[in-house]
Amino acid sequence: MSIANESTSEPKRRIQFAFTDEQEQFRTALRRFLNDRSPTTEVRRLMATETGYDPAVWRQLSDELALPGIHVPEQYGGAGFGMVELGIVMEELGRSLLCAPYFSTAVLAANAILNAGTETQKAALLPDLASGARLATLAIAEPDGDWNPAAIATVAAPAGDGYRLDGVKSYVVDGHIADLLIVAARAPKTSGLEGLALFTLAADASGVKRRQLAAMDPTRKIAQIEFSGAQASLLGNFNDGAKAIERTLDQAVIALANEMAGGAQTMLDSAVNYAKMRVQFGRTIGSFQAIKHKLADLLLEVELAKSAAYHAAQAAAANDPEWPALASLAKAATSETYMHAAAECIQIHGGIGFTWDNDTHLWFKRAKSSEVFLGQPSYHRELLMQRWGV
Amino acid sequence: MSTMNEAEVRAEVREWLAANWDPDMPLVEWRGRLADSGWGMPQWPKEWYGRGLPMALARVVEEELAAVGAVGVAKSGVRLLAAATILEHGSDLHKKRYLRRILTGEDTWCQFFSEPGSGSDLAGATTRAELKGDFWIVNGQKVWTTSAHHADHGMLLARTDWDAPKHEGLSYFIIDVKQPGVDVQPLRQMNGHASFNQVFFTDAKVPKENLVGRVGEGWKVAMTTLAHERRGADGLPPPPKRGTRIGRIHAEERAEAEKANQPYEWYPQRAGRVDLIIDRAKETGTNKDPVVRQEIAKLMTLAKCAEWTARRARAAQRQGRPQGPEGSLGKLAASHVARACARVHTLMTGTAAMLTGPESPREGIIAEILVSVPAVSIAGGTDEIQRNIIAERVLELPKEPRFDTGPFRNVRRN
Ligand SMILES: Cc1cc2nc3c(=O)[nH]c(=O)nc-3n(C[C@H](O)[C@H](O)[C@H](O)COP(=O)(O)OP(=O)(O)OC[C@H]3O[C@@H](n4cnc5c(N)ncnc54)[C@H](O)[C@@H]3O)c2cc1C
Repeated sequence: MSIANESTSEPKRRIQFAFTDEQEQFRTALRRFLNDRSPTTEVRRLMATETGYDPAVWRQLSDELALPGIHVPEQYGGAGFGMVELGIVMEELGRSLLCAPYFSTAVLAANAILNAGTETQKAALLPDLASGARLATLAIAEPDGDWNPAAIATVAAPAGDGYRLDGVKSYVVDGHIADLLIVAARAPKTSGLEGLALFTLAADASGVKRRQLAAMDPTRKIAQIEFSGAQASLLGNFNDGAKAIERTLDQAVIALANEMAGGAQTMLDSAVNYAKMRVQFGRTIGSFQAIKHKLADLLLEVELAKSAAYHAAQAAAANDPEWPALASLAKAATSETYMHAAAECIQIHGGIGFTWDNDTHLWFKRAKSSEVFLGQPSYHRELLMQRWGV
Repeated sequence: MSTMNEAEVRAEVREWLAANWDPDMPLVEWRGRLADSGWGMPQWPKEWYGRGLPMALARVVEEELAAVGAVGVAKSGVRLLAAATILEHGSDLHKKRYLRRILTGEDTWCQFFSEPGSGSDLAGATTRAELKGDFWIVNGQKVWTTSAHHADHGMLLARTDWDAPKHEGLSYFIIDVKQPGVDVQPLRQMNGHASFNQVFFTDAKVPKENLVGRVGEGWKVAMTTLAHERRGADGLPPPPKRGTRIGRIHAEERAEAEKANQPYEWYPQRAGRVDLIIDRAKETGTNKDPVVRQEIAKLMTLAKCAEWTARRARAAQRQGRPQGPEGSLGKLAASHVARACARVHTLMTGTAAMLTGPESPREGIIAEILVSVPAVSIAGGTDEIQRNIIAERVLELPKEPRFDTGPFRNVRRN
């Protein structure tokens, strides 16, 4: 089920294995900003709020760093960079666990519009997302939690000069605060990848009922959204609907893989620092081989996971035909590494690692929510095999 | 360091190849010419068979050689470890005497480091060297010495002072293997091949001038050899050759390789043969088994990530960035890949994994993978030692506690 990029006109380039100096500088500036604005005290404060983010910080990261539109072409009000820069943003966000509607607005919604929208729709919708003025999200999965677009059951029936949506979406990231909803639905009486398309509507439209779900990971808020005869507009067309959905999901998977690589690095750093500090039996615990070797193994795992995440982003940026397969590979690799790093980080902290006051659980929860979000490792491994034609 | 750019390098190599490359020249003569021109090892210094080019440009030169199908200088075995050590610590005499013959393939080398009593703990060597007149007289035993049975010279780590602390009483020598005091006995490995040996030294002689570095500096010199060994262990295959005209030189090269490689025909198998995985899945029909598909995907993910990590390290090096952690992980990653390959290959092979030899799957290759892979996590420093090194050097965790200080004479040993 490869969706190799016949729809894009960009030529294929060579896949890069190093970041440019400009990309490294961008990362440094971003890391400085996040260290300053998103210390764990802030993460803890925001995760306890209902909206889950700080509008002032959102404004700043939009105005000063142009983050929401980093990968959006300049003609639609973005910064005109691509997947590699988006990957850098995600890695740094994963490292610092910033609480903000970034994944929903920039990664899911903006890419969905870029992939599916007509010229007019892109020009109408993207500038407000790129500037951070408007929040948006993409609703794909339904209460059964299946990420395969073929499983979508929500129906869009022609009504007036648009469509009426009926169905229930779930696991919608930032669904409780988004202004604009993009919804994946199918034409009546269709099944599989036939008849799928994306639709837009305002979140406060009539026939839309939103309910925030109790999220295991409080740093990533999710909602269930019920549509009963809600009036929506078709984004793009039906012919390319399934392709646009898959492409958007693959890009989101790469972004998430980079976020997970950043989170895993934080877990490793935290475990290493603690191992150098904590003394038992008259020596630092980092001098015990059981701990030392665990950390060496984790370092290897984290570097391997980074390679997967970077490579997938570079492949997508280079428009390499293999990039969707590499997206799945990266998702599986980084999910397992992040989860492992988080579990080992708790273990190396001992009893204190199990407390609420210790920060490790914030990343541990993010690790698990990311592992299952957009498809589990086993799901993506199977996808990888299919995409490689095995 | 040279200031040539890529285009200039390409142009110059091409011009030189056009004037010099002749596929019908005898192999040793060609390699000598290549070595003398500096294009055989362009990353080496100008005074010694190189051009002082950075690694990135050396690869460009390799590409140009490959493009016309030109044979490169000899690089097999541990010869380049010996060369790197001589370049860094050797005298001009050593460089003159050994480097060129290493590159032409006339001389073969081996590494006399491990002993029955000291493998991971190399600094515990008890083979002794005593200076008597113009010769160092060597007595003791080395073991697991790859290629000693056809080597001309060996890099030898031996104890010259028993009262100094362990690491300070060692010296490093170049020893002629083909002499009466050196008795090489092949050792059969668990895979049935015999590429390593045990070697007994009984009053073997090393001319005084074959000391590398100073007396007591053997450990420092050995570290150079080991650093090059581990760096080379990232499991990346050499670039493919795109030959144009095949001449007599190629036949000679092939004959040389066949003879030299015979005891090492299992080497590709020890790395796990990840290249065969997908074909084997289709061939065995296990590509339809969802459990096997998961295992294949896990393995291929690991193998790809290891490959990309090595490429990241190279790319960073090319950009002149300081080496990041990704550069120290290759050997450990290669062990994981090899082990996973052995597991998945035998999983896919099923009951037929009980067989070996020509009638077994893939003419015995699958069986050979299984019984060769265990070498990877031992040879050149075990996985555990790699973890110590990574933890101490990269993560800056505390060093292992020491129980071997004071005069070596009093240190506990096997
Ligand atoms: C195929 C092959 C080719 C080889 N070729 C050569 C060669 O050409 N020249 C040469 O000199 N040697 C060669 N060797 C030897 C190789 O370098 C040694 O076998 C290796 O370094 C391990 O040493 P050992 O065998 O003495 O095992 P030991 O050092 O006794 O190790 C036994 C076990 O203890 C563990 N261990 C030891 N120290 C520590 C520690 N500090 N912390 C945690 N665990 C520890 C090891 O990891 C291992 O699991 C070769 C070996 C193989 C398998």
